[in-house]
Amino acid sequence: MRVALFVTCINDTLYPRTGRAVVTLLERLGVEVGFPAAQSCCGQPQFNTGYRHATEPLALRYARAFRDYEYVVVPSGSCAAMVRDNYPRLGEKAAAEGRGGALAEAAAEAVPKTYELTEFLVDVLRVTDVGAYYPHAVTYHPTCHGLRMLGLGDRPRALLSHVKGLELRELEGAQECCGFGGTFAVKNPAVSAAMGADKTRHIRETGAAAVCTVDNSCLMHIGGMLSRQGSTVRPVHIAEILAGTEGDVL
Amino acid sequence: MSVTDLGMPAFPAAAARATRDTRLRANLRHATHTIRDKRARAVGELADWAELRAAGRAIKDRTLRHLDHYLERLEEAVTAAGGRVHWAADAAEANRIVTRLVRATGEREVVKVKSMATQEIGLNEALAEAGISAYETDLAELIVQLGKDRPSHILVPAIHRNRSEIRDIFRSEMGDWGRPAPEGLTDRPGDLAEAARLHLREKFLRAKVGISGANFMVAETGTLVVVESEGNGRMCLTLPETLISVVGIEKVVPTWQDLEVFLQLLPRSSTAERMNPYTSMWTGTTDGDGPRTFHLVLLDNGRTDTLADTVGRQALRCIRCSACLNVCPVYERAGGHAYGSAYPGPIGAILTPQLRGTASELDASLPYASSLCGACYEVCPVAIDIPEVLVHLRERVVEGGRVTRRGVRTVIRPAKGHAAERAAMRAAAFAFDRPGVLRAGQRLAARTRRLHPRRLPGPGRAWTDTRDLPPVEAESFRDWWQRTRGGERGSGQEGAK
Repeated sequence: MRVALFVTCINDTLYPRTGRAVVTLLERLGVEVGFPAAQSCCGQPQFNTGYRHATEPLALRYARAFRDYEYVVVPSGSCAAMVRDNYPRLGEKAAAEGRGGALAEAAAEAVPKTYELTEFLVDVLRVTDVGAYYPHAVTYHPTCHGLRMLGLGDRPRALLSHVKGLELRELEGAQECCGFGGTFAVKNPAVSAAMGADKTRHIRETGAAAVCTVDNSCLMHIGGMLSRQGSTVRPVHIAEILAGTEGDVL
Repeated sequence: MSVTDLGMPAFPAAAARATRDTRLRANLRHATHTIRDKRARAVGELADWAELRAAGRAIKDRTLRHLDHYLERLEEAVTAAGGRVHWAADAAEANRIVTRLVRATGEREVVKVKSMATQEIGLNEALAEAGISAYETDLAELIVQLGKDRPSHILVPAIHRNRSEIRDIFRSEMGDWGRPAPEGLTDRPGDLAEAARLHLREKFLRAKVGISGANFMVAETGTLVVVESEGNGRMCLTLPETLISVVGIEKVVPTWQDLEVFLQLLPRSSTAERMNPYTSMWTGTTDGDGPRTFHLVLLDNGRTDTLADTVGRQALRCIRCSACLNVCPVYERAGGHAYGSAYPGPIGAILTPQLRGTASELDASLPYASSLCGACYEVCPVAIDIPEVLVHLRERVVEGGRVTRRGVRTVIRPAKGHAAERAAMRAAAFAFDRPGVLRAGQRLAARTRRLHPRRLPGPGRAWTDTRDLPPVEAESFRDWWQRTRGGERGSGQEGAK
């Protein structure tokens, strides 16, 4: 099984520990992980802000970078959704504009091999107990693109429920957006902050020590607000919880 | 972002004001969450909801594909049943037609049943200029009209008001329009409804002209359909001598069999009811029963242009249920007025910039009035992929491109105010397409991380006003991989190039 990690630009730059956690976790589960250095950004910030043409070289790069792999594991719901939902649209629009089929071919190649981390664990490796240990109360926020675009369903919760020592706390209004939304957070800062205020209040009310998601971009917003509020609730990517074992110093 | 450089576009500024209005926030939160939960239960009762939704989508798509054909069939059927059909290319033409028709009756007053199309074209204002008073008879529309206010929701236009505000409006304003509010009016819903009933009864009994919209028009028989909850619609549709209906051309369905699907989808999605209390259907005129004169004004006002756009046209499937508003986290905080049109919420954010274009600052800001969370698409009974259309329209705003305006294909320029953002996005894409450049940037950020300010200047303030920045770690992931693993496959193994 040839498996590559698409770490995503935001994890690469701001949350390298999440990438390291995915490597630790997959290797513990017996998967040999590759990291092609030609990988970069999926293009979601450009695409979702309306810059479709600036996205195109990044989609071609993605397909090229992972050409030799059967599976691409992405520790981000929204980046995985970008590839799966929007790369085919890039291809369709380019073809309709008479610019050939290269993007459509890139999408056809990239889409079926791209898996969000919890999908890869549950659907491909067929594992929900990854032997993890995390002795804290945790609340889980299902991020919108993972929830509605990828349809992750209960995969993340199934994985968390098998983590030794972890107590899962229910989050009120869990399925409501946290207010990040990429450039939405700076284009509509007041509404974004109002949404984030409600989300972080619900998180604090759970009394959990950590809030967990499948997406660090949402956590950057949630964690940034919690930090500003002086809250001690820690934002943690699910990979970091699943990577820890009883042998680790937490 | 260019937003802070060049002044806030209309939606963000208006929405920011709304987020500071604690009473508005509380009213909206309570109302949207209540109806959102009820809708989920009403929809959950049907085992075949997914099939109904697919059927609704398919019927609308098929009808829109052959819209010219079905509209001509409708015109024939309405005419054969004794009605008269008028075609209005835009708002001004529709208002001129209706004003002329009312004037021809010699009347100075009309009663109206709630209609989105007449709000879209500003009919009440046009009639007022011609010296004709238009009385809204839907309870919430009455509240809005008496309060000299604007609707803020498709289904519940006064959703931004609570009952004590409504009592105050009734007490101070009803007397100026007709029968005053009863002495000692309380804010009990029953008392408020009774006050409205007594006030409106006078209007119904006096009016000689009624104006309506329609939820559906059945092409095969020329039948119009209005669904409502208060009975005011039936009064407006049956008591006056003259009935004028102003309806968007996308409201046509081919047959009664098609209608059956929508009469299941609409009530559960909008009011969360299995069936709405009043469904009125009329076909032309009938001697001795209802209006003696019936006019149908078919409104285009940007719809044909919208139909020409292969991605954006799905917005024309909309049946105005407002489920997307009730589930939208942005609408809940921003309120309906921030959207600056008759159509607020997610559907407004994709419909208004298509019907009106993206030339104004407000209209260009609407496609960005969403976090793309997708809750709207999930509840839409005709499966309009609102996030897809939002992103499509964002492209139109920042890159310009081909559009159809008044039937003519044209190329529009990018909207103003996005130059800095465009440069930043292209620079980022340039760097991301050159991992060497990306790595240099990461290393620079890591080396200077102790110097990073807690609060950013300029456009970055939009982030750091309410959020701390994440600390940058000393080593990027790719540097860690390179240092610990060497090649692509790790552990010194030969990596693929």
